[in-house]
Amino acid sequence: MRLKLIKGKTNYNFFNNWKLWLGLSSMLIILSGVSLFFQGLNYGIDFRGGTTIRTESEITIEVSKYRHALDALNLGDIVITEVFDPTFRENQNVTQIRIEAQEGDESITASTVKSVELALSALDPNIKFPLVESVGPKVSSELVKAAVWAVISAIGAVLFYIWLRFEWQFALGAVLALVHDIILTMGIFSQVQIKFDLAIIAALLTIVGYSLNDTVVVFDRVRENLRKYKKKNLSDVLNMSINETLARTIMTSVTTLLALFSLYVLGGDVIKGFVFAMIWGVIVGTYSSIFIAGTVLLYLGVKRDWSKSSANKGNQFGDIDA
Amino acid sequence: MLQISSLKRISILFVVLLGILFAFPNFFYKHVENYNDAIKSEALLDGVTNKSKLTYWWPKFLPSRLVNLGLDLRGGAHLLAEVNVEEVYASRMDSLWPAVRDALKAERGQIGSIRKLKESSFGQLRISVSKKEGLVRAIEIVQAMAVPVSSVNALGSKDLLVSGQDGELTIELSEAEKLATNDRTLKQSLEIIRRRVDEVGTREPTIQRQGERRILIQVPGIGSANELKSLIGTTAKLTFQEVVRRISNPDEAIRPENGLYKAYSKESTNAEYYILKKSPVVTGEDLTDAQPSFDQNGLPSVNFRFNPSGGKKFGLFTAKNIGSPFAIVLDNEVISAPVIRDAIMGGSGQISGSFSVEESSELSVLLRAGALPAGMIFLEERTIGPELGQDSIDAGKVACIVAFISVLVFMFLSYGLFGVFANVALIINVTLIFGLLSVVGATLTLPGIAGIVLTIGMAVDANVLIFERIREELKTAKGPARAIEVGYEKALSAILDANITTLITAIILFVMGSGPVRGFSITLGFGIITSVFTAIYLTRLFIIIWFERKRPKSIEV
Repeated sequence: MRLKLIKGKTNYNFFNNWKLWLGLSSMLIILSGVSLFFQGLNYGIDFRGGTTIRTESEITIEVSKYRHALDALNLGDIVITEVFDPTFRENQNVTQIRIEAQEGDESITASTVKSVELALSALDPNIKFPLVESVGPKVSSELVKAAVWAVISAIGAVLFYIWLRFEWQFALGAVLALVHDIILTMGIFSQVQIKFDLAIIAALLTIVGYSLNDTVVVFDRVRENLRKYKKKNLSDVLNMSINETLARTIMTSVTTLLALFSLYVLGGDVIKGFVFAMIWGVIVGTYSSIFIAGTVLLYLGVKRDWSKSSANKGNQFGDIDA
Repeated sequence: MLQISSLKRISILFVVLLGILFAFPNFFYKHVENYNDAIKSEALLDGVTNKSKLTYWWPKFLPSRLVNLGLDLRGGAHLLAEVNVEEVYASRMDSLWPAVRDALKAERGQIGSIRKLKESSFGQLRISVSKKEGLVRAIEIVQAMAVPVSSVNALGSKDLLVSGQDGELTIELSEAEKLATNDRTLKQSLEIIRRRVDEVGTREPTIQRQGERRILIQVPGIGSANELKSLIGTTAKLTFQEVVRRISNPDEAIRPENGLYKAYSKESTNAEYYILKKSPVVTGEDLTDAQPSFDQNGLPSVNFRFNPSGGKKFGLFTAKNIGSPFAIVLDNEVISAPVIRDAIMGGSGQISGSFSVEESSELSVLLRAGALPAGMIFLEERTIGPELGQDSIDAGKVACIVAFISVLVFMFLSYGLFGVFANVALIINVTLIFGLLSVVGATLTLPGIAGIVLTIGMAVDANVLIFERIREELKTAKGPARAIEVGYEKALSAILDANITTLITAIILFVMGSGPVRGFSITLGFGIITSVFTAIYLTRLFIIIWFERKRPKSIEV
């Protein structure tokens, strides 16, 4: 007996409630926008400059004590967070201390780090600093630029590729789904205030890749069915295609999530934010490739005389498959 | 019908075996690492080895390339430095001044008297000319002093840019010369940093140029970024300069060709200052050797020797200035200002200040390694402790294994025997990724491990697409062989499109990203390539071989 998450042939109508889905997505996008606007992202030092110091101590020290020790140094805004993770040893007490970029400093003064380390060593002489990272404001502003460019060029490149392989309506549908995923991901990062750093950009781009992966599989089936059933109206063809690929969509999402969850729980705290972004992205990406990409396609309409145009001239890249 | 030619079969299996062979050393990481170190030190020391320290078991005939571990996994320090090339422009201008002055003075009749003005921006030489009508002539004279830029990209352009207005002459380096200077300065800095880092003998430091004027330095195994910084020594610029006079009030007005320098002292109270001529007599570049020693009073000092041209310049200067002091300046601080008793013709001398023994030996190391041509500021620095790296490796390993097992179990439950085929392919898939990483010499980072785990989850996608397609085709009852064949055929376009789009994003990440993010893009990209390969060739081969043997009348996927 096989484990089947999707039993037999399904026949859901995904567009019955398209207003509901579009409404839900719009609302989430607006919420994300509001959160991004008012609360903003909790940028890591990669993007805002400054210093983070990770401390590791075998004795429990209250955060207030750390704060008290550091306040005397007059370093401006200091954020101290305790870090918990199931992979830690029993007496492994970890905190993350973020110090903002000191005004007027192009580079990082070693003395700042040294003074912090000294102040903390007074609390526990055996305290360790396994991770000390400083990024100057010059580099961080460049990193922001590079990150924005990376995301934009990734979207542009896939837009182009899908336009080559399919039709422009498909490309637009896929890209709107992508933008939807990215906004929602940034929204949740803003809402929950998880540290947003360079690794999260990598996660965002992976979400772009994953979400597309899903969308393309559905679109590939739509293309095939459009050729097969020339008389059926578009919403039927779309529904049929999504239903036919549903088993695969769910299977792949589950295996990917299985892997990601084990990484989230067991992979240590350093990459937790990164993995969280991907888990969220897989869920949102799966949803958007069904509801957003499909709905956009339905709204835009697709040229139906595929077989005629593709037989001779048509889209020359459309047929290298099979 | 269902078949693959034997040539193809052999090729597929060959690729797989090759991948496994290259991935193999990584399972015995410590042994192979020691083996590689031993080989390296044998080659270096030619037989005289400290091999006894390194225990390893590794046969010579097997490949010994390993996946490099990134700094975040191994621990170490990372620095991104920007070289202050403007300093070089400025010192070029400072050293140009005496020659320009002499050339212009020779034509005093036409030009009138000249005076050096304060530069309005860094790296400029501004001179006022008393006879305004003589400005054109002055420009001509200075222009004649310009020489062609010594760079392939700037054929025909001169190194100086001379302009004049309202009786004022401005000289600066031309754009082409600036670029050539940047190039030279960066190359010199890289070389010097490399030498200094190598003196400590750590394993595989990365020292590379980034962009126009930046240098990335990554040294595994070093204690902290600060340690690395003091090893590199931010400037250690040594010059010998003429003393104008010694003062105690730093606010005193000084002429533009002179500069104010603080005297080096350990106590910061009652600081002393010197006014020195800005253009140095000799610089550290002319230094050939420096050794710690003791002076006639038994105090720690540093002995140094110049190259012939430096020695000559120094000799001439000391001969002319017997009885007056000269300053030994390190990093813009006057270390000492001894009075010249005799012309120093031999090209060697001694620096003594209030050094401790450690300081004198540290100073001599800095001087010997050669002064950095310009100062550096550090834009980014990271220290990763080795324990944190080890923790990350351990956590990553556990996460990988758990991810692996859960996906394997899930696939088996969903697809039965076909699931087993996919699982074997998945295991080979990850092995192939490690093989590729080793062959290319790529660096595995923590996000890279995440990329592998993600691949474990996503790699089955291609197989899922195929299996689901076969299930569908089976429903239309064409017989198992035909269903498998059509399933593969029809799933192909979706697999290719889906994976190419992901590959595009991986490539963009590789191009735009740096460090750990790049590590992620590499494993993600390799994962895509290997998973497509294993899905459309390897599992297919498994299925066909199984099918040929069993010839089942019906199959269940």
